[in-house]
Amino acid sequence: MKQVFSIAGYLAIKEIWRNRGRFFLVSMVIALITLLVLFIAALGEGLGNGNREYISKLDAPIMVFQSKSDFLIQASRLGRDRLAAIRRVDGVKDAGMLGVANASLILPGNQEPMKIALLGIEPGHSGEPQVEQGNQLSTSLAQEVIIDRNTALRSKLAVNDNLTIRVTQGTRDEFFTFKIVGISEGLQFALQPSVFVPFFTWDRVRSKSEAEVNLSNPVANVILVKLDNDADINSVRQRIEGQVNNVETATLNQAIQALPGYSAQQSTLNTQGGFTLFIGVLVIGGFFQIQILQKVAQIGVLKAIGTANPIVAAASIFQIMLITMVGVAIGALFAFIFSLTFPPTVPIVFNGTTSLLAVVALLLIGPIGGLASIRYAVRIEPLKALGLS
Amino acid sequence: MTTTATSSYALETKSVIKTYQSDSGTIQAVDDVSLQVTAGEFVALVGPSGSGKTTMLSILAALLQPSSGQILLDGQDLAQISDVDRVTMRREKIGFTFQANNLVPYLSALENVELMLRLNKRLDKTGRLRARELLARLGLADRMHNLPGQMSGGQQQRVAIARALIHNPSLVLADEPTASLDTERAYQVVETFAGLIHEQKRAGIMVTHDLRMVEFVDRVLLMRDGKLVQIYSDKPEILELARGSRSQ
Ligand SMILES: Nc1ncnc2c1ncn2[C@@H]1O[C@H](COP(=O)(O)OP(=O)(O)OP(=O)(O)O)[C@@H](O)[C@H]1O
Ligand SMILES: [Mg+2]
Repeated sequence: MKQVFSIAGYLAIKEIWRNRGRFFLVSMVIALITLLVLFIAALGEGLGNGNREYISKLDAPIMVFQSKSDFLIQASRLGRDRLAAIRRVDGVKDAGMLGVANASLILPGNQEPMKIALLGIEPGHSGEPQVEQGNQLSTSLAQEVIIDRNTALRSKLAVNDNLTIRVTQGTRDEFFTFKIVGISEGLQFALQPSVFVPFFTWDRVRSKSEAEVNLSNPVANVILVKLDNDADINSVRQRIEGQVNNVETATLNQAIQALPGYSAQQSTLNTQGGFTLFIGVLVIGGFFQIQILQKVAQIGVLKAIGTANPIVAAASIFQIMLITMVGVAIGALFAFIFSLTFPPTVPIVFNGTTSLLAVVALLLIGPIGGLASIRYAVRIEPLKALGLS
Repeated sequence: MTTTATSSYALETKSVIKTYQSDSGTIQAVDDVSLQVTAGEFVALVGPSGSGKTTMLSILAALLQPSSGQILLDGQDLAQISDVDRVTMRREKIGFTFQANNLVPYLSALENVELMLRLNKRLDKTGRLRARELLARLGLADRMHNLPGQMSGGQQQRVAIARALIHNPSLVLADEPTASLDTERAYQVVETFAGLIHEQKRAGIMVTHDLRMVEFVDRVLLMRDGKLVQIYSDKPEILELARGSRSQ
């Protein structure tokens, strides 16, 4: 066995080295495919992350919606009476209201206003992000905000700075100014950087239609529920839906899948990635198949002088793996170098798990693509060396 | 290793028959051939096109199974052993040169010769030294590190001869070793080949359609229509055969 590998390795390496130009070209093709696949994966990760970041990082495992809202956050309306009822349900540790709206952040100078997600949360309850810098919000009514890392990076605002937003209420543009008390980790919502406002303040400053302007009863979109014990999630969901009127519950994952466009976007990118891998299989398969056809006589000679089939097969596999690995390594290096040159606004995220998965898939395309050629090599008759049969 | 039978010859065949089925009926490519070759004897296999020379050589090389008959190499019957054992026989007991595409193109002359030892797990210091010596003997001292593509046909043929001899096989087979060479080179190659076979006491068989090359062999076997029709073992007779074809 050891001898099989040492001779196979010897033959494979010698052949690659003496034809290094040709093999390097194939490696470069694989490198480009790797670059493409990694970028598609990173784009999927970046877009998906930008969409779901805030929700996926919540420590409240249940999201309560108005019934028949199809888990669409903007389509759901829940008043304070429902919050009180949910808090009374057995197994619920805490519940907090979440309101979502859009606003424009006014930047100094002549810069374009920045579109942000204006999120109303209750200080001290589920939904308020942990600050990494500065303080948490103090009361539900204060003119204070927490901004996420993305907002801070893009606006260059810091803790204790003032922040002004513009919203439309009825037919008028209104401006509101807040003090930034804290900065959280990145918590984008719907691909926008986030600004967190105390809930009652949020209800006052959010954009409203003419009809809503004079309404005094604050309404949230959804309610975020923390549990005494996360393992009870199913029974608590049933109890909430049983005891509270007119609500439905979702896990965070269900809520994420229901984000507008989220699933469609992810499946589009996954399909693209899959197709790119498939093209990789065809390219590698094609190359090694053509190569083996050119090598029939030579492999026939090897077999005629007593080279056993396992050695011939192992040499082919070894070669394919080496070429693939070199290609993937070069491609990954390119991807890494390119990723350093992208501004933070480009939604590209090299997530460890996703990239690793892509790399494993890429390493597999070599052997899969080369399978036919290996089979072919094993079946070559040694008589070919004599120019017979 | 299944069958062993005693034979005083390095190679002995008994009533070897190879038939092919084709649309036009059954072809007797090799028809009842019995022959013996002793160690240190160099034999030429000649005959017109289609007479069964390559087929016979393939059977002797353990590359092709005969339809019936025995091929005893060092007492073992090649017709009876398993596929795996046949690979082992080719690696250990048989040396080859082919008509063309003899060498592994990505290995240098020396590496091609050493490969035979490598396959037999015998590539040690003495082995490496012997490979160099043998190549030097064949006039390739300054070509050891050339790739086959950087050598002439005659040089490649000589590397193949070194590869066929380096692992001390019992039987050395050459299929048309001079086919791609000019006359002068062809004489040189066959003469060196014959010298080494005699010196190292191998049983050597060369298929050739060039009768001038039989000048260096000890015996000539003439095939026609798959049958062994004549054997020339008398040296003057052989030289006559060679000279006769030279004057043509
Ligand atoms: N695989 C095969 N299938 C059918 N017939 C075959 C096959 N191989 C050889 N033959 C036939 O067997 C006979 C002997 O062929 P072989 O190649 O041994 O002749 P040869 O003496 O080497 O001829 P040449 O001098 O032209 O090389 C021929 O009639 C040939 O057509
Ligand atoms: Mg022939």
